[in-house]
Amino acid sequence: MSTETSHPRSVLDVDSLVVRYPGSPPVIAVDGVSLSIAAGETVALVGESGCGKSSLARAVVGIEKRASGTVTVDGRDVTPLGLRRRSPELTGVQMVFQDPATSLNPRRSIGAQIADGVELSTRRGEKTGTPGEWLARVGLDREWVGRYPHQLSGGQKQRVAIARALAAGPRLLVADEPISALDASTQTTVAALMRSLTTAVGAGLLFISHDLAVVRRIADRTLVMYAGRVVESGPTEALWQNPQHPYTRSLLAAIPAPDGAGRIPVAPTDAERATWLDAPVATTTQS
Amino acid sequence: MTATAARPSNSRGPRVRAPRGGRLRLPAVWRTPLAIVGAVIALAWVVVAFTAPLWVPYPPDAQMLPRLLPPGTDGAILGTDALGRDLFSRLMSGAGVTIPLSLMLVAASVVIGTVIGASAGYFGKWVDEVLMRITDLFMAFPTVILAMVVAASLGPSLFNAVIAAIVVSWPQYARVTRSLVLGLRGQNYVIAGRLLGHSPLRSLLADIAPNITGPVVVLAALDIGSAILLLSGLSFLGLGAQPPTAEWGSMISSALQNFDAWWIGLFPGLAILTVVMAFNFIGDSLRDALDPSSRTERAASGVVAAPKTEDEALKGTGASA
Repeated sequence: MSTETSHPRSVLDVDSLVVRYPGSPPVIAVDGVSLSIAAGETVALVGESGCGKSSLARAVVGIEKRASGTVTVDGRDVTPLGLRRRSPELTGVQMVFQDPATSLNPRRSIGAQIADGVELSTRRGEKTGTPGEWLARVGLDREWVGRYPHQLSGGQKQRVAIARALAAGPRLLVADEPISALDASTQTTVAALMRSLTTAVGAGLLFISHDLAVVRRIADRTLVMYAGRVVESGPTEALWQNPQHPYTRSLLAAIPAPDGAGRIPVAPTDAERATWLDAPVATTTQS
Repeated sequence: MTATAARPSNSRGPRVRAPRGGRLRLPAVWRTPLAIVGAVIALAWVVVAFTAPLWVPYPPDAQMLPRLLPPGTDGAILGTDALGRDLFSRLMSGAGVTIPLSLMLVAASVVIGTVIGASAGYFGKWVDEVLMRITDLFMAFPTVILAMVVAASLGPSLFNAVIAAIVVSWPQYARVTRSLVLGLRGQNYVIAGRLLGHSPLRSLLADIAPNITGPVVVLAALDIGSAILLLSGLSFLGLGAQPPTAEWGSMISSALQNFDAWWIGLFPGLAILTVVMAFNFIGDSLRDALDPSSRTERAASGVVAAPKTEDEALKGTGASA
């Protein structure tokens, strides 16, 4: 199942990761996924809801316990996020959450929350900038440091969350559907901003989304996930032009065409779905 | 609602924003008549409590007037008691005994209760089990009975009565804090803090504490009244302030021996009534302002009901728990 070759400069290496939720029968949310992300690379993970994208993201940062497999960032094993203070080496893994409403503390000013990130990088001896500078970098007014999250819109909150994560000087940024709670006009700008800023600091970006149009614009490589497994992976453009796996094809076909005809994509039948599980894993190589 | 209108309208979408600021919105709280009445009475009593020795006409313990004078005679505004002590002087000095001690005991209960509750909620597992079973143990007994047991076993004195009151009042803070922390520790911003390498203490103080102060302050404000009642109650039973200390509860108790002298018991009773009601008004108004689930009346009077956000909903359950 190892479709990715371990890159020498890779910041993230995931090998045969399994995430299992207890129950009868237990739910296997992530079923032996392997992937790697190089420094400065943006990798998108797409798939329908319930396919295990978020579980994978949470297991990568250590919020979710993994049943088996390994996750390493810069060669260090990512231990589960416990109540104890996280070791400084692992603070290079940061996350941007799906819901901007809950990702910021409602009772603390956004400047103070970005300062948490700045403080972390300062402690490591890096200089990433002041909270005001970070606000400017994510396209907000640098005078807003004293504002509170309720004074911001969803998109602005998400920009603050991105600033907080990046101010920490991460090696890997995991974004779990960071744009799905935003409106269409904000989605692309926030996603592009995220990519440019993470690439600028040389961090890897694992971008989880079900918005294929946005993914096509920002991701270097795309992994398609279905039922807990990566069914297809490859350079974004190649995958887009020449999808191999039937599920990828149906995903791409499900994008509504802006031709004014008002056609709604046909939902796949159960019979179709059954065949996707058995189809061979596809790896697009040429771009 | 000028505060909301004055905010820069950078919010997108039709969502009506809650008029909640990062700080306590005291101006909105004080706008209700109940809050104003409560604040004025409470403030007056607090001023009396701290300044009474400077201006009362007689020393509270001096037996220098005729016995059992009815109110208004011979310069004794509220009359005298069975030992010829000026009731007005004793009443005013009594405020200086009851009110500061009640505030102190509430403060001590809040500190003990929140520390225990927050530890239980944040660390969970066996820490939670142990701490909450201890809390249950204290909660299992009726408040006054347990306080009586503690005060009686320590010996009757005002100091021991305060200790007894602290022993019975911290568990409710522990319970509320635990439930709030339990809900908040899974919030994304708390997880984000932990990813940034916050220690448990920092996580609790910086990420969680600002979000639980509101409900805990409300609870404390509502509890001041009951603390005063409990303390005077213990004194009434003879387990608190000892004679000749001027204390409202013990003053009512001594009135029982002179039933026909109605003024001896009535005025301390009124004093307790007004101060307890005043603090309860303040607590109620604070809760109305901070807890959207009890904001229905204000919504009816033209204030737009704010959509419940997750943490506010939590506060609601916390404050009513």
